[in-house]
This record gives sequence, C-alpha cells and structure tokens, in this order.
Amino acid sequence: MKILSQWIREYVPSIAADDRQLADDLTLRGIAVDGVFDLGADADGKSNGSLFEMDITTNRVDAMNHYGIAREAATIYNVPLLPLDAALPEFAKSSKPCPVRIEAPELCGRFTARVLRGVHVGASSGVVAERFRLLEQKQIFNTVDATNFVWMAMGHPTHAFDLDKLEGGIVVRRARKGEKIKLLDGTERTLEPDDLVVADEVKAVGLAGIMGGWDTMITPATRNVLVEAAWFDPATIRRSSRRHGLHTDASHRFERGADFNAAPVANALVCKLILESGGSVEGELVDVVIPEAAARTADRTAISLAVSEVARHLGATEDGKGIPAATVVQYLTALGCDLKASGEQAYAVKLPSWRLDIEREIDLIEEVARVHGYNKFANTLPAFAGTVVDLPQEQKEATLRRTLLALGLSEAVSSTFCSAAEADVFAPQPGSSVAMGNPLNEEAGMLRPSLLPGMLTMMAHNLHRDVQDVRLFEMGTVFSGSTERVDENPALSLGATGAAEGTSLYPEKDALFFEMKGAIEELCGKFSRRSLYFDTFAADSGLLPAWLQPGRCARAVMDGATVAWFGQVSSAQAQQRKLKQAVYVGEVYLHRLYKQALRQPISRELSRFPAVERDFSFIFPNAISWQQVAAALDNLALAEMVSREPREIFPGAAGKPVPEGHSSLLLRAVFQSQERTLREEEMQAMSARVMEALRDLGGQLRA
Amino acid sequence: MANETIPRLESYDDVALTKAFGELKLQFNQEAMLSGSPEGRESLRVDWLGRKQGRLTQISSIWLKTAPDSAKRSLGQRFNEFKAYIEQSIAQELSVESAGSGRPLDAIDISLPGTRSRIGIEHPLIKTMNEIVAVFKSMGYSVGVGPEVETDYYNFESLNFPPNHPARDTQDTLVVAGQERKALRDRLLMRTHTSPVQIRTMEQQAPPVRIVIPGKVHRNDAADATHSPIFHQVEGLCVDTNITFSDLKGTLDHAMKAFFGSSVKTRFFPSFFPFTEPSADVQISCIFCGGKGCRKCKHSGWIELLGCGMVDPAVFGAVQQKQPGYDPKKISGFAFGMGVERIAMMKYGVSDIGQFYSGDMRFLEQFA
Repeated sequence: MKILSQWIREYVPSIAADDRQLADDLTLRGIAVDGVFDLGADADGKSNGSLFEMDITTNRVDAMNHYGIAREAATIYNVPLLPLDAALPEFAKSSKPCPVRIEAPELCGRFTARVLRGVHVGASSGVVAERFRLLEQKQIFNTVDATNFVWMAMGHPTHAFDLDKLEGGIVVRRARKGEKIKLLDGTERTLEPDDLVVADEVKAVGLAGIMGGWDTMITPATRNVLVEAAWFDPATIRRSSRRHGLHTDASHRFERGADFNAAPVANALVCKLILESGGSVEGELVDVVIPEAAARTADRTAISLAVSEVARHLGATEDGKGIPAATVVQYLTALGCDLKASGEQAYAVKLPSWRLDIEREIDLIEEVARVHGYNKFANTLPAFAGTVVDLPQEQKEATLRRTLLALGLSEAVSSTFCSAAEADVFAPQPGSSVAMGNPLNEEAGMLRPSLLPGMLTMMAHNLHRDVQDVRLFEMGTVFSGSTERVDENPALSLGATGAAEGTSLYPEKDALFFEMKGAIEELCGKFSRRSLYFDTFAADSGLLPAWLQPGRCARAVMDGATVAWFGQVSSAQAQQRKLKQAVYVGEVYLHRLYKQALRQPISRELSRFPAVERDFSFIFPNAISWQQVAAALDNLALAEMVSREPREIFPGAAGKPVPEGHSSLLLRAVFQSQERTLREEEMQAMSARVMEALRDLGGQLRA
Repeated sequence: MANETIPRLESYDDVALTKAFGELKLQFNQEAMLSGSPEGRESLRVDWLGRKQGRLTQISSIWLKTAPDSAKRSLGQRFNEFKAYIEQSIAQELSVESAGSGRPLDAIDISLPGTRSRIGIEHPLIKTMNEIVAVFKSMGYSVGVGPEVETDYYNFESLNFPPNHPARDTQDTLVVAGQERKALRDRLLMRTHTSPVQIRTMEQQAPPVRIVIPGKVHRNDAADATHSPIFHQVEGLCVDTNITFSDLKGTLDHAMKAFFGSSVKTRFFPSFFPFTEPSADVQISCIFCGGKGCRKCKHSGWIELLGCGMVDPAVFGAVQQKQPGYDPKKISGFAFGMGVERIAMMKYGVSDIGQFYSGDMRFLEQFA
C-alpha cells in the first residue's frame, strides 16, 4: 500500500518530524514503512513530500489508509488530529427520500444512500488528480475517482450507481438461488442465498461489499447518481469473496471489519468530491441502522482496564518509571478510546468504532506498549525455580546421531512425502499409508511410510551428478495408519554407495553390505539387549521387502523384534531410478530400538595372565555359515576361550586344494584364564575339543 | 667479507631501490644454491646474517645511514622484507638438511598428504537447530516435541485462530485426505508451525513451564530459492506468575547474544500473531557488518530474525479446560519462534534453501 506524507500532514499539520523520522517512528509502533521515496517538487517548487511503501499487519485494517495512519502519527507525537471535513453545501429538503430497505439485517448492519442530481461526469482535477498522479493510481472519471479517493483517504468502501438505471428503491437482501449478476469486471456470476446483494426492486445491482453491477454503472452519460456507503457482516463477505474468487479492496476491508460509523462520513466525502464538478444534493442522507449490528461494533460495552494489569503484563521500562495512569489515558485517548475512571487506577474504556481488533483488556495493554515503544521497555530475565527435564528419547537420539557421524555417515534431510507407488513398495505394513488431500505435487501424494524413498532419491541425486562416494543417514518421522488416525514413529535410514575395500573375509563387491551391517551392530550395541541376530529369507518366501535384492540383504532382530532391514537395493528399484552402481540402503525402526534402555557400560577386571592364540585352518562346504561355526564353538562352553574370530576365508575352485563348493576358513581362538597361566596340556586339550567340534560340523582340517 | 660486495646505491627512488634489492636477492640465491654442505650453509648464514660483520649489518649501516630522511622509511621497509626473506630461506635450508642428506633409509616423505578416516558431517540445519536449543537449555528450558500431523484444534483453534478467520490465510495448509466429514476441530493437517506443542505441553504440565520446541513444519508454499514447503522452526514458551514483556525482551536479547556473540543488539517491533498479545518482530544488529549496513542486511544494519509475544489470554483459556492452573488472571507468559533455515542460510551463506533437502554430498562436505 502506498501512502503520501503530504496527505498525512494535511490531517496532522503540527508534526515537527521530517518524513524519514515519521517513517521510522511509525515503523517502531508497528505501522511499518518499508520504503521512503522522495517525490521531488511540483512546478512551483513546492515539495511533494514522500511516498511511503507500507506493510501493515492484517489485524490493522483501520490503518490501511491516510487518515488511519495520521491518527497513529498524532498519537505518537501527542498532537491534534483534524476531523474529516464532511460538510456538504446547503440543499433543499426532499419530499420523498430514496427508499432503502434492509431485508437481511443479520448480514447488513447499516446502509446509507444519497442522491445527487445533474452531476457532470468527466476527468478529475485538482487535489484528486495530483495525488493520483503521485500514487500512480489510474484515473477513470470523477465519480469513480471520488470513491477511490475516499477509500485511500479514510478506508471506507463506497459505491456510486447511475440513479436512472435503478428500478425503484434499494433493497439489501440475500441473493436468490441461481440469480445472475454481471459485475463491473464484466463477468457474470451465479449467486446463492449465502451471497448478499444490493438490489433495486427488480434485480441485483451489486454483490454487496465486493463489487458493483455492470448494468447500473456510471458512464459519461450519467446525470443523476446514488452514492452508497454501508457496513456488511465480515463473515458473509469473506465467504462470498472466497466462493466467487473475487478479492477486492472493498471485500478486504469488509471481511476484516469496517468502521460502522464511517458510512455517513464516507458517503458525504464522496458526494462532496462529485459536486465539485457540478450538480446538487437531493434531500437528506438516508441512513438505515440495524441496532444489533451497532451494538456489536460502534456501541460496544465499555471494557475495564486496571493500570496494575498494564504493569503485570509489560514489566519494567528502561527509565524505571513504568507507565503511569496519566500516560495510559493519554495514549488510549489519542487512539480514539473514551476513558472513564471506575475506581482506584481503573477505567471503563469505550472502544472506537474503527478498532474492531480491540476487544479485551489485553488488547488495550498491547496498544499502550505499542504507542510507548517496545524498545523503551527494559531487558529483564525472569527468575526460575524449575529444572531442565530431558525427553525420554533425547539421549538415545543424540547417541545414535553421534555414533552415525563417527561411523562416517553424513546427515541428510529429505521430503516428508512420497508417491503412491513408492508408498506401496516401501511401507513396512502394506495398505497403511496415508494420502494427502492437497498434495504439493503428484510425487508427494502420500505421507512417507518409510524414509527410504527419500534416501534413494538423494542417492540418485548424487550418482546423477557424478558423486560416486556417498554415505548418508536420515533420522525422521514416518507415518502410518489411515486418514482417520495417523501414527507417527521415529525412523532412521542409511544409504551407502561407492568405494569400499574387501578384506580377507569377503570380496570388494560385498564390502558395503558388511559396512552397513557393522553400522547396525554398532548402533544396536549402544542399547542394552539380551540378543541380537541377523537373518534373511528366500526370494520366494514372501518375507523379503520388495526393495531389497534377494541373497544380498538381511534383517536385524534384537530381543525378538525386527529392528532393521538392510542390503543392496533390488535390481528393479535400481533400474527404475537409473542407479549406475550398486547402492545399499537400510532402515532402522527406531520406535522398537527405543524400547530398550541405553547400555550402561560395566567394567570387569582385566586378567593378569597371558593370553594364548591358536589358529585353526579348515575346509567347509559353502552351506555352513560362520554363524554355525561360531555356535558350535560357543556350545563347547570353554570358559577360557575369550574370543573366536574368522581371520581369512577364501573360496575353492575345481582342481585347487580347496575344492569347488567349499571354502577355506582360518579361525583364530584366544584362550586366557582369570586365575592362572594356562599350561600346555590344557591348551592341547582345548584345541582338540575345538577341532572335534569343527569336524562334527563337516569341517576338514587343512594339511 | 669485503666491503666491495656491498653495491653502492646510486639513488633512493623506488626504481633504484627495487633494482638494488633485486640484485642482492639474486646474489644470495646463487650463493645459497652453491652451499651444498652443512659447513657451507653455516658460513652462508654467518656471511649474511652475522651480527657484526654480516652483509645485512653492513647494508644497514651503509645504506640506511647515508639515506636522506625522505627515503629512510621506504628503504627501511624494503630492508626488513629482504632480511625476513634471508632468514626464512636459511631456516628452510637447515630444516631440509636435518631431514635430507644423511636421511635414514626408512625415512618417511612427511610432505605427502595425511590419511584421514571419513567422519560424518552434521547437517547444517540440525546443527543450527541443536545450537539454538542448547542456548535455551542453558537458560532452564526443557525440550518439547509434538506430532507433525496435527488436528485443526491444536494447530489453529486453540491458538486463537477462529474458524474462517483471515489469519488462517497466511498459513497455507497441507491437509490429510478424507477429512471433510469430520468436525473442523478434528481435521488432520500438517502442522504449519511448532506452536501446537505449546498447547500440548501446557495441557500436560501445570505452570511453571519453560520449553524449547525444535521441529519440522509444512506449508503449501511454492518452492523457490528462499521458500520451501518443508522447513524447521524452534519455538519457545515460558509461563509463570509475573512473566512480563520486559522478561521476553531480556530473554531474547540474552539468547541472541549467546548465539551470535555478545556484541549483537536486538530491537523489537509491534507485529501480529493470533496467539500472542502484545506481539513483536525481533531484529538483531547485522552480524556481518555490526550494524553499519551491508549487502546482507540490505544496508539497514538490522536483520529480522524472529517473532514473539506475550501468550494471548485466549490461549490460556483453551488450555484451562484441561489444566485449571492456567488462569490468565494469575499467570502470564511469553512465546517466541524462529525459522531454522533462515538462520542457517544467513550464518553459512547458503543461497538456495533446496540444497538443505538434496542430500548432495558436495553441499554437505562444505560443513565438515
């Protein structure tokens, strides 16, 4: 919104501050001036003042015009605000005033009408033309310009009809179902009974509070006009404006609450401007007032204000004096309130008709703070006797994040939504995904049931930009349930692609699987648990998630609950997302992990006696997994065997010492006692038992 | 060394001085190259840097003393630069020597780049969010969280956004499908701000309350360089008896100083939020120029950073239905909220908000 400083000064001539100071002072009181532009001087060398580019919050519709801002300036500087001059020239009383009937009193609270005869429709001149030029406001012709000028001057919408096109008096009524009206913008609208219209006895001539009608608009041929200024119910105008997709200056004001008492003033100001080019007034102003509407607006009951409440909410001022009662009275009076003492340091405050945003004591207190200037209040710190309480999951989440970062994964944040197709593939429970009602786009139609669509999108984003080494994780919320009830759970996704080195246990092509397994073991290791194992299922079991490649994936089960699925992305997904290299992803179901407490480390005494290592080299059929080997050794229950690890595994081949379908396993066991140095005989006995167990499992000792 | 190795200065103008020092440097470099042995290097050092008879001492005494006053400053400056060059060159020669000739067979080429294990990178948004939260935790605030899918009641109604109120227009909402049949207050939507957690917390906990609420929020906004339909907020709430507007000012002033540095100043402007009254926007003095005005603060010296205000009594009224302790006649409080993306973008100079959600390793690696 654009404002002219010279126009403000017309209403508050005694402002001493220059335009920049005025702009700053208004901004600090919440009437924000975003830009100040010098308008230079006119032909006579007289300054045109400045143009203010305003940004006024939606609650202050009363200040979205020159007079409203002038009132703020008068309040800030404690100088007088001149009243609007709405005096009309002498006129003869008319014997038959224009009939006005409000048939929908709950929707229209006030309607004023005045008839002007013999007007001259032509170009505007004088102050109107000059200010329109400075504001770059398009001139139409004087009658229309007059309504626009009054709108900018004091913020009340008005309308002028060609009187000779009206058939009978004015009726303000609900539209009839299916009733049609052609509006000033040339469009034809079909109305409903929820719409309010201004009509004559025959037809609707305007969509009330939004836009006038085409058929009765002023043209250069118009000689007699009817000027309307009214007050309409905010909710009605808002609904109508939305229904018809018509947002106008008038609807903006009416739906936020116009000034009930402004209607007759605005009407007079418009008439006065039109009469400057000729014509005369016919009869008194017709002013129909619905008392119930007046009671809700202009005649609201006074509210009480205690000065002690001002201090209780606002606290200390920088000068240490607080805000005395006299100052409270001064500020609120300047804003248009009428204060009557109602006891010790308390007032009954009658509210101004233009400030429908003020309804309660706290609203008055805000006004006091605002006019005083926020920055004149002290900076104090409140005393506090409470304690800081950690959320149950705060420590767990922080531990996981710290561990993941240390493992070399970087954190990422992806979209909360995914496509319906993705939801089908990735939802841990099929059919439990939740659809959005107004999705951002087609690809975001569902609330994500899993973090994996986002993770795969980010992996592809990197690969498609030739970033080949990627390690990412995301911690976020996943959604399940139905549109009736949405459940939210915390989840963690992992993504890895690119360089990873093979070891003596597995080849390079499997390295990322073990990197991810290691990460999951590390994460699970942070929690107390009775058991953790990894398993997998056959492709045709129906138990494998569709996004994983059979044979190259696993799930982690902790204390009987599936806490993670991870592995190589299925070839179907890889193809669909055009992934040119193997990508591994995993999802950890944090709501299950979080059921466990964080593990409390317990120190145990270190043995003072030497540890003895023994290596065993066996050939096993490939059907035997490491897990079976480890279990066989653990079943021996040798108290002194403190560890057993695979050291080297290599596959056999036809014609080689290790035959095809078999692998060679080099196993290292470490023996140590807490009580004594182990003797050679003891070592031999334990080694023999190890070898026996391995043979029982189908192993063959390598020569 | 003999005096004749010190050339005579013909003139003291810039050209002559540049030429004279250039020749000295050339001479030194040639001698340095020829001084292969440790002994040779030691004699080079004594020859040039020796305290009594070193050439620099002589140059200093001959050139500087005879120079006219007008040239002394320029000459002295060039002399000091030259002296520093010689000292550094000789020091390097010596260090190369200690690792060089006579180098053991298993010596390591210590100039090769170091090996580093890959360490994961904190996401700049999460890092910023955690830093903000830490500031408020140190001021006695506990962390609060709430659901990302909210009901209309918690997101709007309880926060004094009445149905059909124009204030709802400013927060374009993403809604869950199939809500039309439900009563307005039960309809599910993506929370448009973290403020519902204020209500949820107060319903659970009688005053006093001090919470800081980090979280993800959504609005149906078109994405561009500075807007994203997904973003993060940190919200705060403090409720007790006798909490005042000046406490709000002091708290945020202190927090901004803790976060951005003690020289940062704050200023408060009236604003409008349905759930606070009075409401304020807070600006901090520009962290780049200190308030003098620069491109980053659009030459205003100030940067708008957060919104805040005193909790509206109507909000306490909504909470009172479940927690009678929130009697607006007896208690008061303040709330504040800030956009994490905006702060992270400013702090790290990120120009496109979309990069935060791309998972692009090249972007993330900048924050290592």
